[in-house]
Order: sequence, then structure tokens, then C-alpha cells
Amino acid sequence: MLEVTGLRVSYGGIQAVRGITFHVNEGEMVALIGANGAGKSSTLRALARLLTPAGGSVRYRGKELVSLPPHRLVGEGIALVPEGRGVFPRMSSLENLRMGAYARNDKPAIQHDLEHVLQLFPRLKERAQQTAGTLSGGEQQMLAIGRALMSKPKLMLLDEPSMGLAPIMVQKIFEVIRKVASEGMTILLVEQNAKLALEVSQRGYVMESGEITVTDESHKLLADPKVRAAYLGE
Amino acid sequence: MDTLLQQLINGLTLGAVYALVALGYTMVYGIIGLINFAHGEVVMIGTMVAFTVIVALAGSGLPPLLVLSIGLAVAVVVCMALGWSLERVAYRPLRGAPRLTPLITAIGMSMVLQNVAMIIWGRNYITFPPMITKHIYSVGGATFTNVQVAIVSLAALVMMALIYLVHRTRIGMAMRATAQNPHVASLMGVDINRVIAMAFVIGSALGAVAGCMVGSYYEIAHYQMGFMLGLKAFTAAVLGGIGNLAGAMAGGLLLGVIEALGAGYIGQLTGDFLGSHYQDIFAFIVLIIVLMFRPSGLFGEREGDRA
Ligand SMILES: Nc1ncnc2c1ncn2[C@@H]1O[C@H](COP(=O)(O)OP(=O)(O)OP(=O)(O)O)[C@@H](O)[C@H]1O
Ligand SMILES: [Mg+2]
Repeated sequence: MLEVTGLRVSYGGIQAVRGITFHVNEGEMVALIGANGAGKSSTLRALARLLTPAGGSVRYRGKELVSLPPHRLVGEGIALVPEGRGVFPRMSSLENLRMGAYARNDKPAIQHDLEHVLQLFPRLKERAQQTAGTLSGGEQQMLAIGRALMSKPKLMLLDEPSMGLAPIMVQKIFEVIRKVASEGMTILLVEQNAKLALEVSQRGYVMESGEITVTDESHKLLADPKVRAAYLGE
Repeated sequence: MDTLLQQLINGLTLGAVYALVALGYTMVYGIIGLINFAHGEVVMIGTMVAFTVIVALAGSGLPPLLVLSIGLAVAVVVCMALGWSLERVAYRPLRGAPRLTPLITAIGMSMVLQNVAMIIWGRNYITFPPMITKHIYSVGGATFTNVQVAIVSLAALVMMALIYLVHRTRIGMAMRATAQNPHVASLMGVDINRVIAMAFVIGSALGAVAGCMVGSYYEIAHYQMGFMLGLKAFTAAVLGGIGNLAGAMAGGLLLGVIEALGAGYIGQLTGDFLGSHYQDIFAFIVLIIVLMFRPSGLFGEREGDRA
């Protein structure tokens, strides 16, 4: 579904991503793990066209994405849940969710999906009228994921959904991610919490200073002594 | 007492104009963080265009109200095109440049527009053709004219339309989203370039309406009139909290009233040392006080609330 070849990202003189190649198959959840500054977010931002890659190609369902402007991606079925959630702070939760469906014009279906999202995250239903900027971190993460779902994506790019959240909240959010995946969503999951990411995904890539160094099925990575030593704190 | 009421009425009229111009500053600032110093000149061009059209049609035998409406409509269209071109030609190429660069460009554009206006309309004051039969009404010792009533009601109508646009329509939602987080808005499918262009176009349309109002109020226009008007409206926007629409409206009205009261009482306050022609100083006193004590303005969010 997604084929990334030789992707490079640089900021000024600094190369953050140094020619990485990976792919995500339809219906799969793939984890991209690595330490701080490894280049994971830069990779996702390049995929979502929030920045223009310095080189490489990103093919999605046979189409080259690198030449598309960012606002066209959602129409292709790609949704990014950005690092730090990026909710619209002065809009209500409900308006944030409606923004997720901005590019759609199938009104009845939007209403249906809205109810589905509120079912996935009952907490958001309680907070529907609350200004998003005043939601807790966990609620904002729910909102960001819900908003992405409202665009009816085929491929979701999640950037550290567990960041800064209490374990119980992380658990709740990953339950939903699992559920969405089991309904057939294709997901590329970026996480620092490697254990969690490898437990929910089928395959994983390990990124170190802008390069992919290891790749395997997730359960094998979980058992790999080197990965365990470097990323699972053992 | 009658001075107080009279100055409140005059302040409200002027304030309605400031509010409309302030909205143009604040909409653009809210979305791209640029203070478009050329906005005052857009307003001036609006006045000039309306005058030209109205003068040309004055002898045509068309009913005066129709002539005025045509003048207003042409001014609005010309200013919208001008606002769009400014963004396209002057500011868009500088997107992502350090903040000072577009700011200096804005000052440059303001000079360019002044000079273009001077070439087209000359250096002299242009007077408004006597199209409107003035009616004067009096209440409680104060007077106001039908022109003032028209200015205040039209401003109220335009502002309500703007509130509706921003809060109830798709493009308005896209504008708010872009103001709060442009990257994420683009992820939702918002074409940021289009939204930014819209902010300039709508702001310029409001400016054109304001330009027609000042024109018909003072019955006079000059190629440099945009400078002071722009500066005052900018003050109003800062007073309300720049980037905040309701703030621009409130700031405009408040500044108009402060100025009018100041002009009305300055003689008394200074023992006739300063006359009412010193009224311009009040706007700048307000600007300095706001910048010193509450730079985020009356309605401004704390920095942390802005995305
Ligand atoms: N806007 C930027 N300007 C300059 N350098 C940047 C920018 N964004 C990221 N970098 C640099 O690029 C490298 C990769 O950053 P990136 O955010 O992709 O890492 P990451 O793997 O997502 O890290 P984390 O787990 O901390 O989120 C880092 O060295 C970072 O300092
Ligand atoms: Mg990151």
C-alpha cells in the first residue's frame, strides 16, 4: 500500500533522515521505533507532505505522493495524527471532529462516523462542547485520533500516541488503536514505547540516527537481545 | 451633558469605521501573523474609487441611492482584487522568511499604493459630490445625521455577516482552523494558500466599505488619508487583542469613543491649552498604554492559548 524508497529529510545542513526504505502492506500495522531524535517524526512529516523530502520516493497505491500539496493527502485516504496531538485549541471537541471531515461532503455518512467515533471514545462525548485546549493530554490524544478517523482514512500515521500519558490512558488509547486495526485499518505507528508498539504491530522497523538498522516481524524484534538491550531497557 | 452625548454619537460613528478597518488587520494577523501596513492604503483606494465612480455617475440622472450603491460595489470589488494581488505578489513569495521581511514589504507596499494613488488622483483634496440630502435629527441636545445612522447600521450589518461567515460556514471553519494550527489544518484538507488569500480579500472588502463610510462622513478624500486611518485602526486592533475578531470590533468602537470624548473635553482638561484638533493624540496614548500594560489587548488570549 505504501512504499517508501530512499527517503531523505534534511533541515538546513542537518540530515535527519538518511535514505530510508520501507513499506506498509494493506491491513497491516507496522511499528517504527527508535530513540529521541532518530528521525521518526521527520519521516512521518515527510510522508504527510508537511515538509518536502530532500530525496527519495513515496508511492501510495501506485501514486507518487512527493509531488502532491499537503491538503490533497486526506483525499487520498491518508491521515496523520501528529506528535503532540495538534488539536485546534480554541475549537470545541465537536468542531475538532468536524474539521476531521472537512474534505468530505457525504453529510449523512459524516454524522454516522461521528457517532461511531464518540462510541469509540465515550469521554469525548462528555466533553463535546469543551474547548479542546482545556482537555487533558489523554483526552486531546483521543480527540486527535478521533479527528483523523473522521476523514475516513485508509492509512493512518500515528506519531507517539502514548507520549506524556499515564499508563491507564495509554492502555485505553491502545485498545482503540487495536480495535481500529482489527476493523481493517492500515497503520504506521511511531513510538518510543517500543514494547507497546511491538506488541500491537505485525512488523517493525528500528530507526537510529536517520537510518533503518533492523527490521523484522514484531514478535521476533521483541525477542531480539540487541533490540531488548537498546529499546526495552534490559 | 449634551457634549457627552454628542461625543458618544460621533465616537460611535467613527468607531464603526475603525472597527471595520481593524478587522482587516486582525484577520490577516490572526492567520499569518503579519501586520499588513498597506491595509490603510487599501481603504484609501476604496474611498478614491467610490468617489470616482460616484462623480462619473452624478450627472447620469440615476437615483442617488443607486449611484452610491454602485460606487460602493465597485470600490469593494476593486479593493478585493487589490488585497488578493498584494498577498499574491508581495507577501506569498515571502512566506517562511523572517518576520521582519514581510513587515518591511508591507510598509513598502503602503508607499507604493500612496504614490500610485497620487499619480491617479492627484495631490489635492477631492471633494465628495453632494449626493445625499442630509437630515439632521436631535435627541437630548445632541444631533446626528442620516449619514451617521447609515454608517453605523451598515457597519453592524457587515460585522454580523462576518461573524456568520467565520462561525457558520465551511470557509470560516477553515479560517479558524488555519489561524490555530496551519499545518494540522492542511492535514484536514484545508488549502492554506486559499485561506490566506481569502483573509486578504475579505479584509479588503471590509476596508472598502469603511473607505466609503469615511468618504461620505467627511465628504473629502486625499491620497494620504489611509495612513492615519490605518494607524488608528491598527491601534483599535491592538486594543481589542490583535488576531481576535470580536476584539477588533470592540477595540474600534472603544477607540472611536475615547477619541471623540478626548476631543470634546481636551479644551476643558488643559485649560484651553490644547484644542480639539489634537484629537489624534488619544489613539496613540491608548496604543502606548495598551502596549505597556496589556500587550495582548482587552480580549487577547494569553500566549499559551494560541496555537
Ligand atoms: N524543524 C527542525 N529544524 C531543525 N532540525 C530539526 C527539526 N525537526 C527535527 N529536527 C532534527 O532532526 C532530527 C530528527 O528529529 P525527529 O523529530 O524526526 O526525531 P524523532 O525520532 O521523532 O524523535 P522523538 O522521539 O524525540 O520525537 C533531530 O536531530 C532533530 O533535532
Ligand atoms: Mg518524534
